[in-house]
Amino acid sequence: MGKIIDMINAAVLAGTPLLFGTLGEILTEKSGNLNLGVEGMMFMGGVSGFAAAYLYNISAAQQTSGLIAVIFAILGAFAAGALGALIYSFLTVTLRANQNVTGLTLTIFGTGFGNFFGEHMAISSPGGFAAVDNTVKAAFGAVDIPVLSKIPYIGKLLFSYNFMVYLSVFTALLLAWFFYRTRYGLNLRAVGENPATADAAGINVTRYKYIATTIGGGICGLGGMYVVMVTCSGVWVHNSISGLGWIAVALVIFAAWDPYRALIGSLLFGGLSIMRLYVQLGIPMQIYDMLPFVGTVIVLILTSVRQSRQRSQPKSCGTNYFREER
Amino acid sequence: MKSKPVDAIRIKNACKSFGSVLANDCVCLSVRNGEILALLGENGSGKTTLVNMLSGIYFPDSGSIEVNGKEVTIRSPKDAFDLGIGMIHQHFKLVDVLTAAENIVLGLPGSLRIDRSALNAEIRAISKRYGLEVEPEKMIYDMSVSEKQTVEILKVLYRGASILILDEPTAVLTPQETDKLFNILRNMKKDGKAIIIITHKLNEVLSISDRVSILRKGRLIDTVETSTTNAQELTEMMVGRFVSLAIDRAPCADTEQRLRLRSVTCRNADGVKALNNVSFTLMAGEILGVAGIAGSGQKELCEVISGLHPIEEGKISLVLRDREEKISGLSPSEIANRGVSLAFVPEDRLGMGLVASMDMVDNMMLKSYKDPPGFFVDRKPPKEMAERLIRRLEIVTPGTSTPVRRLSGGNVQKVLLGREIASNPSVLIAAYPVRGLDINSSYTVYDLLNEQKQKGVAVLYIGEDLDVLLELCDRILVLCGGRVSGIVDARSTSKEEIGMMMVHIDEEKEVGA
Amino acid sequence: MASHLTSRREPLVRMVKRDSIGRGKITLVRVLAVLGALITGALLITALGFNPVAVYSDMIKGSLGGATGRIETIRLAIPLLITSLAISLAFKMRFWNIGAEGQILVGAMAASYFALFQAENLPRPALIAVMALPAVFHAKWGTNETLFTLMLNYIALRFLGYLENDPWKDPNLRGFPKIAMFSNAAKLPKVFDVHIGWIVALVLVFLVYIYLSRSKHGYEISVVGESTRTAKYAGMSVAKIIMRTMFISGAMAGLVGFIQVSGADYTLTETTAGGTGFTAITVAWLSKLNPVIMMFVSFAIAVLEKGSNKIQTTFKIPASAAEVLTGIILFFMLGCEFFINYKLIFRGRKGRVHG
Repeated sequence: MGKIIDMINAAVLAGTPLLFGTLGEILTEKSGNLNLGVEGMMFMGGVSGFAAAYLYNISAAQQTSGLIAVIFAILGAFAAGALGALIYSFLTVTLRANQNVTGLTLTIFGTGFGNFFGEHMAISSPGGFAAVDNTVKAAFGAVDIPVLSKIPYIGKLLFSYNFMVYLSVFTALLLAWFFYRTRYGLNLRAVGENPATADAAGINVTRYKYIATTIGGGICGLGGMYVVMVTCSGVWVHNSISGLGWIAVALVIFAAWDPYRALIGSLLFGGLSIMRLYVQLGIPMQIYDMLPFVGTVIVLILTSVRQSRQRSQPKSCGTNYFREER
Repeated sequence: MKSKPVDAIRIKNACKSFGSVLANDCVCLSVRNGEILALLGENGSGKTTLVNMLSGIYFPDSGSIEVNGKEVTIRSPKDAFDLGIGMIHQHFKLVDVLTAAENIVLGLPGSLRIDRSALNAEIRAISKRYGLEVEPEKMIYDMSVSEKQTVEILKVLYRGASILILDEPTAVLTPQETDKLFNILRNMKKDGKAIIIITHKLNEVLSISDRVSILRKGRLIDTVETSTTNAQELTEMMVGRFVSLAIDRAPCADTEQRLRLRSVTCRNADGVKALNNVSFTLMAGEILGVAGIAGSGQKELCEVISGLHPIEEGKISLVLRDREEKISGLSPSEIANRGVSLAFVPEDRLGMGLVASMDMVDNMMLKSYKDPPGFFVDRKPPKEMAERLIRRLEIVTPGTSTPVRRLSGGNVQKVLLGREIASNPSVLIAAYPVRGLDINSSYTVYDLLNEQKQKGVAVLYIGEDLDVLLELCDRILVLCGGRVSGIVDARSTSKEEIGMMMVHIDEEKEVGA
Repeated sequence: MASHLTSRREPLVRMVKRDSIGRGKITLVRVLAVLGALITGALLITALGFNPVAVYSDMIKGSLGGATGRIETIRLAIPLLITSLAISLAFKMRFWNIGAEGQILVGAMAASYFALFQAENLPRPALIAVMALPAVFHAKWGTNETLFTLMLNYIALRFLGYLENDPWKDPNLRGFPKIAMFSNAAKLPKVFDVHIGWIVALVLVFLVYIYLSRSKHGYEISVVGESTRTAKYAGMSVAKIIMRTMFISGAMAGLVGFIQVSGADYTLTETTAGGTGFTAITVAWLSKLNPVIMMFVSFAIAVLEKGSNKIQTTFKIPASAAEVLTGIILFFMLGCEFFINYKLIFRGRKGRVHG
């Protein structure tokens, strides 16, 4: 029992950055923008969130407050991810560039951006590597909720995570409510499905695309920040995102563009990525590390074999909208 | 009405061009409240462009628009709504994966959360007032065409539109559904709404409208009171010169059997039976017309014959002089390998029949590039063929190396039809070959088809205009919901008879062989 | 509502699709875009506290200045060029193969197996077939090839990690997970101080150009890329064409892996591909899939990469600057296409409304 709970704990922790990425991309694709730059935006968010906390940490030194570091990290990560998405939106929505290539470019740019500034910080720091101190690290550690965290089993299972985990779950619920219950969510879905119809209905297609994509990018950025601050314990590690963004893009398909399913998907893939620590199959470590990627391939194949009308990609995804197109 | 009413809409000297094409040239138009104005014109005469400037889809290059006597600027569909202008587009602007109610409320301001029960009640109230029937919670993709149109109408009424524009609303409806729609329109007219209806069907103009504005090649020809005009006069204004509607019908060349379909059944992508037990025989040297409401299985019929769509049951075979060749179950290239020349002019010319971004030369060899042996393509024969076609069919193009995408609709069709005919086919399938073409190009197409018929080719002509079908074809096969409701002699049948067969299958008359 | 009724001005800017545009103008727009990208890069460098002129000129000096620099730059350009040629075949078909990175690694692993163990009957076709796997699924069910090929990158990388750590570990390196250096017999010969990969690359440029523009296969690729419906209508077997093309594309990328391990590195490591597969995508796109232009673009990107290595040593600017700059250049190139395809009409530029 204890071991299973440990494993679930680890799966949740490993799945959270995927969840952020997946949710960000779901929001983006709902507007009809297929942004393949999730990996890049996670890098941008990761390095910027880290930089914000790290630079604050250095300047405040002994007076560092965990809460303020957290706020800086969130704002920095969100802003950087949103900036990447804003570049993408400007190119695809306003300038009508190819969505596939623009997304790939954003990944190249974002990866370079992350590693460039990450290394720049490392080179400029006295020890040759950039890391936050224990106060900041603790702020990203497990929360201790009075009473709840103490409940046997349940406490460990549900109330023993860092705040980012709860933030990601809250984001999923908020997005689901937004898509299915609100007027603006309805409008957004229409924009992604059929922009000409949405336009004829008086919806500002450009504005919806920009806002959804930019906020989506910000959410992806939070996922990157999670990797640096939680997974890597507040140390900048070269190439730390390494493929998580791409798995997130694939998880969007697995989740069938539904935030609730994204919760399940990210937990499952989080589980795959930590399996080697908990389930001994007698295969080499590197083969274990392949599992999430192999799993993604299987998901891709399965979802393409079984097509469904309700649960499919927003129809305009990948194509740009021009009202006067004839 | 004693006092002179203010026009609901007045367009003054509107111009709009797309690239080098002048779609609207200084057009003036007006419609009053409580009036139905018909906008009549051929395909490509600029009707849709004109009303799209009212609905905010296009912005005029010059000219002005007045609504209820005040000059306005309509920059977006939202501006149009705010002015009370509601447009029902030819291609429905509905989101498939949403419900009727969701589509109706789309884009409207209001509380953050949508109150579904209140919304449904409102929709039902409006429906009742004008005699519309709709289920608010039904998904659009589960709806029939006329149901979708009802949702479109509700959408504009819900927005409180006082000016309604309908773009070719009857194109996809059965005659019975058309009558129902016209009753709804009359109810709305009584309610004081101004209505513009775009159509190219004369009988509809005469039965529903108060006045008619006629457009030709982007210009307004005239506006007349419907009660003072007749079909002949309207036709002349629409096409610009007197045309005998009579299309030459060449006599049948020889009458041996050429293509045989036996109990052919197939399903479309959604798993619905698109063709159900279809049997008929196409003769050499005849033009067999296919009539039916859009989506009755015409597309699938063309595609099963040409090997592009699998069949579930039945058999398709070609009869050549000495042998009968089964072609069902074969791919297009396998059919070609059997020495059978099957020409197919598909409905989607640039998306299927031709490669839009390639030039004429590369398009000429689309089906024949494999013929000469070797690893490399030989562009000499297709180039000569392109030059021949340009001369023979008077194709207007800057040269053989211009992408076909840049050519006008009529010239694109000449390139496609020319290539297919050049393959010396024994069967020629033409799906809507004159759709979107001007009168002259249409006649070129009719002439080419007749020429093929006289050469002994078996021609299958999928058409939508019953007048053309009646005058061009020898026999007419009528499809209704994927079944053959009858095959009639074009010389002795009437539009009314075909119209009935399009919507109703008389089990007695259903052709089995 | 009232505000709409009274607002009478037309929109500030409207855009209209262009019919055609002169070649000179297109070149001008593209040159301006590259300049814009370089200026943006310069601003970034300035923001970091360096002199952009000094940094840029150091990049040029490092990559083109001396003989060693030039040779190094060419060595960087070779894999880039061949990989972009490989990718362009798939892209021309609108098959978004972004798995070149993994395909390079698979090729490198196959070559290394030969070099290390001199095995005679290695089932090489089987290995190459792995690369065409996404094509099979894409052709059959429309499986998303972008993500599929991408996932194979990571799988190949992990597999290489396994080889390094276990079966192929160099026993002489006591515990350190590394594959042994190749023997001299397994190294590629050199011509003019650069391994013969450059000759292979130039020959491939010619072959791919001919293949795409003159062969029946090339014609089929263009038709499938434009519309699979048209291809089916013309009697082409779309699945076969996609698989065949992807196979060639993957095999060419695999060739890059072979050239890298036997010509440049003389061993196999996790950095053998080193992002070439991704950078090549940008090269292919910037060149508009034209093999001849690809030669120049891949050389230019190689200059950028070599230059970035140089400025890392001179100024301690991280070498990732190359990726950032490539990204910026590509952003500008993507954006400038708009001004080639569309024309902007500003308010009041045309004749006023006549009443």
